[in-house]
Amino acid sequence: MNSYILKRLLSAVPVLLGITLVVFLIMSLIPGDPATAILGSYATAENVERLNRQLGLDRSLPEQYVIWLTNMLQGDFGRSFSLNRPVLDEVLDRFGATLILAGVSLVLCSIFGVVAGVISAARQYGLADKAITFAVLIGISIPSFFLGMMMILLFAIQLRWLPVSGMYSIYGGGDLPDLLRHLAMPALALSVVATGVIARLSRSAMLEVLRQDFVRTARAKGVPERRVIWRHALKAAMVSIIPVIGVQAGFVLSGAVYIEMVFQWPGVGRMLVEAILRRDLLLVQGGVVIVAACYVLFNLIVDVAQSLLDPRVKT
Amino acid sequence: MTETALPASPPKPSAAARAGTFLRLFARNRMAAFGGGLLALILLVALAAPILPLQDPFAQDTTQRFLRPFSEGHWLGTDHLGRDLLSRLIWGTQLSLLVGVSATLLAALAGSTLGVVAGFLGGRIDNVIMRSVDTVMAFPYILLALAIVAALGPGLVNALIAVAVVNIPFFARNIRGVTVTLANKEFVDAARLSGMGDTRIIASEIVPNILPVIVIAMSTTVGWMILETAGLSFLGLGSQPPVPDLGSMLGEGRNALISHPHTSIIPGLMIFAIVIGVNLLGDGIRDALDPRLRSGALTRPLPATLVDRAETPAIAAKPDALLSLEDLRVEFRLGRRTLKAVNGVSLDIAPGECLGLIGESGSGKSVTALSVMGLVASPPGVIAGGALRFQGRDLLAMKPGELRRLRGDKVAYIFQDPLATLHPLYRIGEQIAEAIRVHHPVPQAEAMARAVALLKQVRIPNAKSRAGNYPHELSGGMRQRVGIAMALANEPELIIADEPTTALDVTVQAQILKLLEDLRRERGLAILFITHDFGVVAQLCDRVAVMYAGEIVESGPAQAILDAPAHPYTRRLIACVPELGGGRRTLAAIPGLPPGADDLPQGCAFAPRCDKAQAACRAGRVALTGQEPGRGVRCLFPETAEDRTETA
Repeated sequence: MNSYILKRLLSAVPVLLGITLVVFLIMSLIPGDPATAILGSYATAENVERLNRQLGLDRSLPEQYVIWLTNMLQGDFGRSFSLNRPVLDEVLDRFGATLILAGVSLVLCSIFGVVAGVISAARQYGLADKAITFAVLIGISIPSFFLGMMMILLFAIQLRWLPVSGMYSIYGGGDLPDLLRHLAMPALALSVVATGVIARLSRSAMLEVLRQDFVRTARAKGVPERRVIWRHALKAAMVSIIPVIGVQAGFVLSGAVYIEMVFQWPGVGRMLVEAILRRDLLLVQGGVVIVAACYVLFNLIVDVAQSLLDPRVKT
Repeated sequence: MTETALPASPPKPSAAARAGTFLRLFARNRMAAFGGGLLALILLVALAAPILPLQDPFAQDTTQRFLRPFSEGHWLGTDHLGRDLLSRLIWGTQLSLLVGVSATLLAALAGSTLGVVAGFLGGRIDNVIMRSVDTVMAFPYILLALAIVAALGPGLVNALIAVAVVNIPFFARNIRGVTVTLANKEFVDAARLSGMGDTRIIASEIVPNILPVIVIAMSTTVGWMILETAGLSFLGLGSQPPVPDLGSMLGEGRNALISHPHTSIIPGLMIFAIVIGVNLLGDGIRDALDPRLRSGALTRPLPATLVDRAETPAIAAKPDALLSLEDLRVEFRLGRRTLKAVNGVSLDIAPGECLGLIGESGSGKSVTALSVMGLVASPPGVIAGGALRFQGRDLLAMKPGELRRLRGDKVAYIFQDPLATLHPLYRIGEQIAEAIRVHHPVPQAEAMARAVALLKQVRIPNAKSRAGNYPHELSGGMRQRVGIAMALANEPELIIADEPTTALDVTVQAQILKLLEDLRRERGLAILFITHDFGVVAQLCDRVAVMYAGEIVESGPAQAILDAPAHPYTRRLIACVPELGGGRRTLAAIPGLPPGADDLPQGCAFAPRCDKAQAACRAGRVALTGQEPGRGVRCLFPETAEDRTETA
């Protein structure tokens, strides 16, 4: 088991290198002089020259890449010119908010999605199945940013149950109940599409498993139907559901960008969009690399979870 | 295994016929038709934008700001600059569709090219391309899109490029897979041998064959790409003012969300309508293409087989029978077809007796065995008639809960393939302990101790440590012993063994049979033993019933039937058993195949394969008649001593 985890850890190294390479290549597409692009058109010639030297922009591309990579490994992701602080500090400050939002959404969509899919499969063609299938269709078709806006209209403006935006109240907030009140709408809006996708997949995975011989064995043993479905069948179905939850994590992280904009959530997604609009390229570059790296590590965890569930994976 | 005698597979349908089936299935799907209609309508209106009597989408009028829908002159009202929302919505829809479709085309073109090159050339090129594709896929998609937009600068064309690039890996992977399969086909080898260059082979042999795959992949992603480009515009990174697309309209509307929600709701609903249309259509296409859905194979089996009897037969209780089957009828209802798998089977098993039920694949013996405890997969299986009694209780009238309490407690099953029939993710000890705990409220530790004792009883060495193994860690014979231990867990009255030795090699088979025989003697178990092998029957069974095409054709004491089979089918079945040391006797295979379960002949079902069949055999149903006490045969011209010496 430990050797498997170690092997997976090592296999993440080339992927992480690949990610930095892709980001580097994209950034080298910047039209015109990169230093001017990074510092903005009002930059002094002196500053442009200094940045060129600092980032090695006057060297060849491979040299630039190595310099950039070495800096990053030492924790130096450059300075955000618009915020005038190190990129790493800004990203780390914002990352917690995104993790809370995306993490809670992922938990919500995993639980709701799997439960809905299992009920749907167990009551195939019944009323519950039809209702869930219809709800899932609506859920996966509604853009999360539009859903978020409609939720604001309903729950914040009409019903006045929840705050419109932000992560904490400006006055007197800051505790957990305050956070949860702010989190409810964005987390729900963000989880809807992924819930639908996971529910669909769970339904078909369960239908696949329920036809298998070991389910008949469980019934032949006299296992109650509820236990047949929720233990025997679901455990086997999880083998194909877990990787999809891993993939959905990427979609949830992506959707978080929109949701953070709609709800003014102080996360890394909103930071990236604002940085692009301000042309703060070093901040974008650093933010993308850090978030992508975290996503790779998350997928690693998913793989390990998979190997814990399925003893046949051990290699 | 649930065996159903299916008729020989029909000849492969022609491409036209397949397209016909596809269209029929597709049209039957009303939701897909609705989605298609919705999309067609939106597309039509968007395309007709230039000729529709619309106002100028850019004309501002600050005196007419934020008019509500259904205002005079502005059906959908106006936005923050007093521009007509209807006009902007239709032009915006056109732009969004155009950008989404262009991004799809671009991604399909680039991705498919990479896929074909990688798949066709293979080797190092393949490796480099696919590694790059994997790396791109390691990103959450929007990060990559944001990085590209950041580098190129915000704008609709750049957003389009970003979305296209992000989706290239999807096409590259799919198309590479298809290309690899095609590149190894004979016609490609033939083209190569005829001296064609790689480029020509790709153009003339590969591309025409992958085109349908590309089109399907595009149809599944286009909705997604429309949504993604709208999303980038919503963030302000795509379409720039004053040009409207659906995303930027929604983004602008957001600034007035609270005061004038209609400016957000209108473009939002349009995006929703497009995406739901694409999803419905895509689902319809997928369902129509998926052959498993066509055959209805993906239906879940209910907890117990459905019972649909025209009448409940009143049968006198037989006090000495443990289990009795009376005129049992089981059908598989597949759409309009009905396959009759079991056609009126009657059997009795006394306590402690071993009855062999023997027949070829598709004779209905497994279905008979599974229907006893309602384990025939349903749908499509239905118990269509007859009665099943266990210890005098009517099994078919039982509620699912009552039946469940009998399963594994009084009546236990042993199945054929123990790798498929044991749960792959539970340790075998847990699986045996569970069989105990669902019937008896004992603590887990006690159940586990009992499980280990059972494993010892079925002669598994190191039972204690073996209990912690998963099924895939055991050999086939070991797994079958686990299956037997599980069946014994609650000391049942009756064990139904459905070909428990078929998947095993001969020496293991002999050990398992010996084990069953011993257990039977020790515990006074009754066994219903399903097999296709008369050799096994000879070793284990007191009585035997021979099944053919869903009927019992002969029954009686095992030794008597082995010595003197009365039915021609039985005689030939016995002749199929090789005898150790029997010399170079030719094994007589039975010519022909059993009849399909939806195509049973009127008379004796074996007549078409029987060398003694006469006109009378084909005329009508043959009854089961007894010549000697305890024996029955369903034949007008039973075997005589003379016939038997002929084959012996």
